[in-house]
Amino acid sequence: MAVLIDLTLAAARDGLEGGGFSARELTQAHLDAMAEARPLNAYVAETAERALADADRADERRRRGEATPLEGLPIAVKDLFCTRGVASTAGSHILKGFVPPYESTVTANLWATGAVMLGKTNMDEFAMGSANVTSAYGPVVNPWRRRGDDTRLVPGGSSGGSTAATAARLCLAAIGTDTGGSIRQPAAFCGVVGMKPTYGRCSRFGMIAFASSLDQAGPITRSVQDAAIMLAVMAGYDPRDSTSVNRPVPDYESSLGTGIEGLRVGVPKEYRVDGMPAEIGALWQRGVNWLTDQGTEVREICLPHTEYALPTYYIVAPAEASSNLARYDGVRYGLRVDGDSVDDMYERTRAAGFGAEVKRRVLIGTYVLSAGYYDAYYLKAQKLRTLIAEDFRRAFESVDVILTPTTPFAAFPIGDKLDDPIAMYLNDVLTAPSSLAGLPAISVPAGLSTEGLPLGLQVIGAPFDEETVLRAAEALEQAADFDGSGWR
Amino acid sequence: MTARIAGRTGDFEMVIGLEVHAQVVSNAKLFSGAGTAFGAEPNCQVSPVDAAMPGMLPVINEFCVEQAVRTGLGLKAEINSFSVFDRKNYFYPDLPAGYQISQYSQPIVGRGSILLDMDDGATREVGITRLHLEQDAGKSVHDRDPQVTHVDLNRNGIALMEIVSEPDIRSAQEAGAYLRKLRSILRYLGTCDGNMEQGSMRCDANVSVRRDGEPYGIRCEIKNLNSVRNVMRAIDYEAGRQVEAIEDGDEVAQETRLFDAAKGTTRTMRGKEEAHDYRYFPDPDLVPLVLDPDWIAAIEAALPELPDDKKNRFVEAYGLSSYDAGVLVSERACAEYFETAAQGRDPKVVANWLTVELFGALNKAALDIDQSPVSARALGGLVDLIADATISGRIAKEVFAEMFETGREASEIVAEKGLKQVTDTREIEAVVDTVLAEHGNKVAEFRAGKEKLFGFLVGQVMKATKGKANPKSVNEILRMRLSD
Amino acid sequence: MAVDEATVSKIARLARIAISEQERSGLADELSHILTWVERLNEVDTEGVAPMTSVVAVKLAQRADKVSDGDRSDDILANAPRRDGDYFVVPKVIE
Ligand SMILES: [Mg+2]
Ligand SMILES: [Zn+2]
Repeated sequence: MAVLIDLTLAAARDGLEGGGFSARELTQAHLDAMAEARPLNAYVAETAERALADADRADERRRRGEATPLEGLPIAVKDLFCTRGVASTAGSHILKGFVPPYESTVTANLWATGAVMLGKTNMDEFAMGSANVTSAYGPVVNPWRRRGDDTRLVPGGSSGGSTAATAARLCLAAIGTDTGGSIRQPAAFCGVVGMKPTYGRCSRFGMIAFASSLDQAGPITRSVQDAAIMLAVMAGYDPRDSTSVNRPVPDYESSLGTGIEGLRVGVPKEYRVDGMPAEIGALWQRGVNWLTDQGTEVREICLPHTEYALPTYYIVAPAEASSNLARYDGVRYGLRVDGDSVDDMYERTRAAGFGAEVKRRVLIGTYVLSAGYYDAYYLKAQKLRTLIAEDFRRAFESVDVILTPTTPFAAFPIGDKLDDPIAMYLNDVLTAPSSLAGLPAISVPAGLSTEGLPLGLQVIGAPFDEETVLRAAEALEQAADFDGSGWR
Repeated sequence: MTARIAGRTGDFEMVIGLEVHAQVVSNAKLFSGAGTAFGAEPNCQVSPVDAAMPGMLPVINEFCVEQAVRTGLGLKAEINSFSVFDRKNYFYPDLPAGYQISQYSQPIVGRGSILLDMDDGATREVGITRLHLEQDAGKSVHDRDPQVTHVDLNRNGIALMEIVSEPDIRSAQEAGAYLRKLRSILRYLGTCDGNMEQGSMRCDANVSVRRDGEPYGIRCEIKNLNSVRNVMRAIDYEAGRQVEAIEDGDEVAQETRLFDAAKGTTRTMRGKEEAHDYRYFPDPDLVPLVLDPDWIAAIEAALPELPDDKKNRFVEAYGLSSYDAGVLVSERACAEYFETAAQGRDPKVVANWLTVELFGALNKAALDIDQSPVSARALGGLVDLIADATISGRIAKEVFAEMFETGREASEIVAEKGLKQVTDTREIEAVVDTVLAEHGNKVAEFRAGKEKLFGFLVGQVMKATKGKANPKSVNEILRMRLSD
Repeated sequence: MAVDEATVSKIARLARIAISEQERSGLADELSHILTWVERLNEVDTEGVAPMTSVVAVKLAQRADKVSDGDRSDDILANAPRRDGDYFVVPKVIE
């Protein structure tokens, strides 16, 4: 059945429609692959029974001619999304055993259009990390290895379970969340497509919050077309999320295939960060050439506050997180460690339930909001955020999309960068700016490093212009002709 | 009307500011679709949003916003067309999210004022600093079990308006007047039911004392005040305690104190020793609230007549005293009752019947005006019977008591009991002649100059007619006969 | 900004996370390191710059005043580590 799991989402959809195979067969093929690939630790929960039931229902609907867009397509869900009746843990010990009595809007949209749930994917605890090493369920292993080297590598994070599963053919597509790069960075490390839509495009209802003003759900797929198909289902206005934006969802898939001639592409010189390996610069240049070859107009642009994006992010995100994570107190759900008093119970529960990185960020966030420091840190960062967003706004007056590398380096061994938080934070240096500005951005696999590891290019677009981002990404995808099964 | 506290070393004055939490009258909570009814089974009026379950998000209730704006307009306050919801972060078992959504630096309502009606009929203005919208917390139940605390989240998330006064209040009496007036305005507006016993209106008092000309002293915040009377008691006790401390050379510590209603004292709150650091910041789940000026204007145009305006109108249109008008308008239902009863009648007479007889009877029976057995129309009927001399004022009081008892009409009672006043002159003349004949020596004494026996003779006539004789006619006829 | 151990204890207390003696000094170093790094924002003059309130221009969505949830205490309490009837239960709180 290897052939079934190698299909793209679009090809599988067409195969189901053509009657070449059933949703049950397609689902079973994935469940078998998942069972075999458990050493990757990509899933924290496999929902095989539910998946097969979903698949049978899908087959039945298709027989009756009632198939909806994702009918019978097996999909993996990052464990940050609450799924009714299925444990939802955000990769944290503190949510041990938590079973939500509600469904996130984004996953509800998937199921409503016929998707099959294969399981919940592993992730950095509360989406805080760039290597998927902070999960309470252990690290995820990237299916890719360096050429001639068996060292296990990180898949990136925090949606590393979803990107590893997508790369390793353990799902047709997955959903992830991106706060400062958590879809794009692991997508680049695993050689898959990962898209963060405009903030407000997908509902955050039922998505466990890390940093509310930044968190966005997005698709992780093996093709740009698949990303378009997934996004059309995931996106949409939700009256239960006050930051959700009420505007129609375009048919993203149909905007593809029209070429990019005349598109104006910006290349920001500030993204050439210190110590960036030459091969990343070369990849970027290749990307520029590919787009130029397809009739775009590439020009250098200026995003002067880029270097402040990461420190800004590391104030804003922890500040929001410190407050968002206050609800994990052992009273209503999840872990409780008893204590002599309520405060003692809180302190023990949170000490035992949160891992080191989460504690670190909660403490930083508490500090930057505390009396006497608010203005110097939090308020300052929110002002920088205004300047960063303003940089982009001005840039999009003269360009349609911006092209950058996704990450400053390729995947690294599990265990690296653990002793230096800032070295780890640098993973997001190229993705955080667009997150702070709420912009749509995508990572497309564009080639291999000298060691044989995937590298990604990032396309950033203007607010709600996902269509142009997807079109530019498609152009890169076609030129790069990346072999996503190269890890085998 | 500053109340002086006479200390051993001189006089002090009180400086009081009040923070009132008024529960917004609404069907659903401020940020969730759960209900707000009082007294539901534990955790029955809780949505996953209220329980701060992972991934749950707040969406604001438009009617609560409208109620806050309406209240602000009723307090003659500035409405801020741009306001921001902030998170106030602290840990407590009845605060599920670990933060309260409130408004900090940019509240929905800014400065306003309240006019206090003092007992002597004078008024005094107290400034309102601000009004903001926020969520109520849940309820921690400490007395179900000696070992543990129980938590019920029903109240969690209900909309509150926190109304903060300037430190303009100078006595416990003024604090009482402030609360009664605020409650009256809220009830007129229908934005809060003002029920302090059920906790839908709660008050914290900031109290300090100072000598004349000195800057504000160090204040203490007193909590746990569940009636107007207790607010007043707590203020008097607390101010006295502070004066004593200062005169003893002690420092007044800035702290939160609890009022003990049984002892009538205040005490330091335990378990709150650590300094609070609420780490306020704008709630990233909500964008700023921007109000349309036209929408605000429409709410303003639809405001009911409020107590101050009504009182002025009552003084001007009905010629009532400022005091009576103030009493009548304190509750919207009373004012409406009065206006119905006064229709086409002497307003002062009606006002008098209301404030003396009706309020007295209602008070004794522990009834509200809308539960009155005597309707406004029925009271009007009684006043009519006095006006057209069908009954005397004295008989009217008896009739009123009967009306209050039975809910029957005045005319019915008068007819049935034969209480109609005797106005037939010949009938009265006959009685007068009989009385004069019976009391020949008194008549002689009167004629000899003992003028005050006139009253005795009137009394005898009234007695003989069982009070039904028209007093004016009795007087006239007696005078005539005695001057013969 | 160098964060000392006393500050770490203070923040940890505010955040209600128990920190052991051993963790404290490591955390003081890490937090100092991170805070020093983010302080590079001070290089930027932000005089007159409005702090960001919302990254997308949306009008605050409002809900109608209708009761649409509640009456599901089983759902609300189903995950409770400790409950008594329809109440959540916590260690004794002293007021
Ligand atoms: Mg307060
Ligand atoms: Zn308050």
